[in-house]
Amino acid sequence: MKTKITRRTAILGASATAVAAGTFKLAAPAIAQNAPIKLGGVATLEGPFATGGQDGYRCVTMELERRNWTIAGRRVEFIRESSNAQADVALARARKLIEQDNVDMILGPLSGAEGIALRDYSRTLTGKSIINGSSGAADTTLRNPSPNFFRFNTDGTQWMAGLGNHVRRVMNIQDVAIVAGDYAFPYAQVFGFNIEFCRAGGRVQHYWAPLGTTDFGAQIAQINRSNARALVVVHGGTDGLAFMTQYAQAGGQLPLIGGSIMADATMLSSRGPHRRLMVGMISGGPIADINDDPMWRDYVARYRARWLNEGGFQSPSIHGVNYATNLQGIIAGLEAVSGDLSGNQAAFQRAMSAAKFKNPMGADVSLDHNRQAVSDIFLNRIEERDGRAQTVAFERARQINQTLGVPEAQFMALGAPSRDNPGCVAA
Amino acid sequence: MAADLVLTIVLNGLTLAALYFIVASGFSLIFGLMRTVNMAHGALYLIAGYAGYAVFEPLYDQDVWWAWYAGVAWGVVVAAVVGTVMQKFLLGWMQGQELRQALVTIGVSIIVADQLLAFYGGNPRQFFAPDAIFGASAVPGVGNYPTFRLVQIGIAVAVGVALWVILNKTKLGLMVRAGVDDREMLAACGVNVPLVAIAVFALGAGLAGLGGVIGSTAQPLSQGMDGRFLLIALVVVIVGGMGSITGTALGAVMIGLAEQIGQALFPTYSVILTFVIMVAVLALRPQGLLGRATP
Amino acid sequence: MTPARTTVISLIGLAVLVVAPLVLLAILPQNQAQFWTSNILGRGLVFGLIALSLTFLATYGGFISLAQMTVAGVAGYTVAVLTQGAVPTIVGGLPYALTIPAGLFASVLAGLLIGAISVKTRDIYLLMITLALAMGVFRFVETNIAWFNGYEGIRNVVGPDIFGLSFRSTYVFYYSVVASCAVLYFGILYLVRSPFGLVLQGIRDNPRRVSALGYNVGQHRIAAFGVAGFIAGCGGVLATIYNIGISPGSIGLGASVNILIISVIGGLGHPIGAFVGSIIFTVFDTFAATIYDRERFNTLIGLVFLIIVLVSPDGVVGLKGRLMALLKPKQAKEAKSP
Repeated sequence: MKTKITRRTAILGASATAVAAGTFKLAAPAIAQNAPIKLGGVATLEGPFATGGQDGYRCVTMELERRNWTIAGRRVEFIRESSNAQADVALARARKLIEQDNVDMILGPLSGAEGIALRDYSRTLTGKSIINGSSGAADTTLRNPSPNFFRFNTDGTQWMAGLGNHVRRVMNIQDVAIVAGDYAFPYAQVFGFNIEFCRAGGRVQHYWAPLGTTDFGAQIAQINRSNARALVVVHGGTDGLAFMTQYAQAGGQLPLIGGSIMADATMLSSRGPHRRLMVGMISGGPIADINDDPMWRDYVARYRARWLNEGGFQSPSIHGVNYATNLQGIIAGLEAVSGDLSGNQAAFQRAMSAAKFKNPMGADVSLDHNRQAVSDIFLNRIEERDGRAQTVAFERARQINQTLGVPEAQFMALGAPSRDNPGCVAA
Repeated sequence: MAADLVLTIVLNGLTLAALYFIVASGFSLIFGLMRTVNMAHGALYLIAGYAGYAVFEPLYDQDVWWAWYAGVAWGVVVAAVVGTVMQKFLLGWMQGQELRQALVTIGVSIIVADQLLAFYGGNPRQFFAPDAIFGASAVPGVGNYPTFRLVQIGIAVAVGVALWVILNKTKLGLMVRAGVDDREMLAACGVNVPLVAIAVFALGAGLAGLGGVIGSTAQPLSQGMDGRFLLIALVVVIVGGMGSITGTALGAVMIGLAEQIGQALFPTYSVILTFVIMVAVLALRPQGLLGRATP
Repeated sequence: MTPARTTVISLIGLAVLVVAPLVLLAILPQNQAQFWTSNILGRGLVFGLIALSLTFLATYGGFISLAQMTVAGVAGYTVAVLTQGAVPTIVGGLPYALTIPAGLFASVLAGLLIGAISVKTRDIYLLMITLALAMGVFRFVETNIAWFNGYEGIRNVVGPDIFGLSFRSTYVFYYSVVASCAVLYFGILYLVRSPFGLVLQGIRDNPRRVSALGYNVGQHRIAAFGVAGFIAGCGGVLATIYNIGISPGSIGLGASVNILIISVIGGLGHPIGAFVGSIIFTVFDTFAATIYDRERFNTLIGLVFLIIVLVSPDGVVGLKGRLMALLKPKQAKEAKSP
């Protein structure tokens, strides 16, 4: 089984012994300069969302291997835990890492509810930091942020930057139908799309599907009878595959606009009739399979060389890149303080807040006052290349902040994204 | 709402009901003869889906027209074999301890789901029906309608008829029906009851497998589908009546229609409709609509 | 076991739980001692409480309900919906002094309701119906944004201050949990010797005879589910505060089955099994990565569960008796042989 090999490789060497020995023995104080830095990892490796977590750990392992498990002159022990995308499980794992394994910092988690749970937990800690893995709920950093929680990846609302304007102005479409899951992550994405699209004079009709819906027959019947000129699909994973296959089956023809996890490698690596429809789909997000940037080409080449034969994708997934980006934030912080975590990590945390670096996509990353990333968002088109569907970046929206350029007070006044507040306010 | 939209939604409900019937019929069959609540029914669905997909995928890549049929056949066979093994080695020797059997099948389903995740990962998969039954067909009063959903109804009817024939016209059926009434007497008549039990379990598991591949053609195949379809089987059988195939069909139609109509009218609360029906049936007729009262 | 002997063993167990944090502090560094106190013992006991409600129903009534986690969740969600400071604010504004009793009241109601719905069913039928009800509530909560904030759930339920001490402090939390467990556990031992408990056990063994004696079987059954609802509710409130909130995953299929696993591993023959099972489960859950493979935790716990069901249906607690029974005939044989 490939995942198992991955796991073993990941905890090879020093960390393996640490995991095995650390359980019942007394832990040595980790403050000394020559002691290893203990990095805890939380990602989803159980249940339906396991694919993303596996890829997250692939990218983290790859970077740590490249650095020979050393950051700022100190050895790194990576202690991995896995959750099942549920808040209380992620919390139990984080507590174990902090209290039992005595890690200095946690990299994770993967999903929105887990992110908010760990953000709340981080507030109760002193001298420890939690750096997000790939969770993308806006509220994790936008409302009630925690001083110990850092997120170097952009959130679900940011990922839609530029898309609404493109559909309204470039594609010149005024009426769209939006299909989306009825929960927080799609709310954030729909909100990001609508803010631009409705300001530019667009009109939307929403079709919300309860989480876990697998039969979209009724919605598709209604969409095919509506006056929409394009279809915005903000599903992902299982829901996305179900929707697209059924839409293809019902003979759907509308041009497609996708949410960020629609166009992810997870979705495109599934084959079938939906792929034919998805070629040409426009989407927004923090990554693209093909991006004409030397850093990204190099990164993809290294990823493929390392993981293609060990269960990896053709190109790293959104979760993989997010974990890698957040790890870069940790590295930047550690290097700035020469690996010195003393003083309850105050200097380290200041250094992370001030860190500036380029992520694997070649996008500049820095943090705002809520310790939330400001970075570039890519507009992608799905094209058939080398016999497979890939996302190709054709436009880049630079340095998008968490409020999509809307002044913060005004953005907060719009309220939290929800089913009843999908962000569609005409200019 | 336009008439054609109403008809489409009703047709959606019926096609969904067809899928639910295929999945639940095996559950109901096993329960009917052996009083075994097979909590691993969803796990069998999942096993068949993944096993069938392993055969289907390479053939589909080569554009072989029978790729899907091969997937169906292999899924059914694997599920039936796994069911047989379960009955023979885990459940057979504790026949009559119904609660313990249910617990064993819960244990099996936890392990199976986790091992499937280990082998196949978390990526969702989906079967794609052969070209002949993919795409849309014209249905009077509805317009273009997905062909495969219509095929689902055909398969469900075929399963229903086949089960009726097996139960009413064959010797196996005779033994099964006698076993429902009085196992001891059946054994006293010289019938090898454990063998009949294995045959029924294999048949029921095979139906779960058929449901697994058909279901994974209509909807994605992914982790979590086991719990989902186990739940559907439970609700359909509770509503329709324990151990009655006709009741299962009735239950499936009610739940399928409720789900689709609920989704069209009040999406946020559609989930409860199914359970309101279940609770109402339990309050009025605890044995289910067409079930026989249990002693 | 005679009642007197059970009480003695239970009191010893309670004494061990009371001094355990001090012993841990003596043998482990402070942070690890706190971890074991709060996240192994404390967390274990909280889930033990929810399992206790199931063990109570199973031991004395013969009812195996898969909806006990749901009932606990009803209490947890009630507290989360009503309490001041929870995020997002749904009703909010109320202090814990009101919301915790409201949560317990809601869980008793939920228990009574489940008891009433399933009143005419037994054994596997009851198992199926309670599972279906549990999943119905789970799916509803997961998809309802207005009342339960859907998939994300409700966060920041930090718990009350007790005599000026924060509930978040390891030892305040731990001893609150131990006290709740002790009260409820001994309460059950008392209750089952009361007339109500005796009727309940009569229903388990022969409902027709109990009915013939003039007792209302249905009412007693429903009342038993109400009592179990109260116990599960206490566990649910504590679990919600421990987790700083609640989300649908806490009452999902996995969580509901986990409660069954805990009860079965511990043993359905005596209430103490719930706590034995939950401590074993929590240790496995926390150290699965060390014992076997974190990612395959479900296989591990599934195997343990399956082996217990196959080998010793009355759980770890019953294992001792089973071993004795295995050994005794052998000894007898050996004694006979010259």
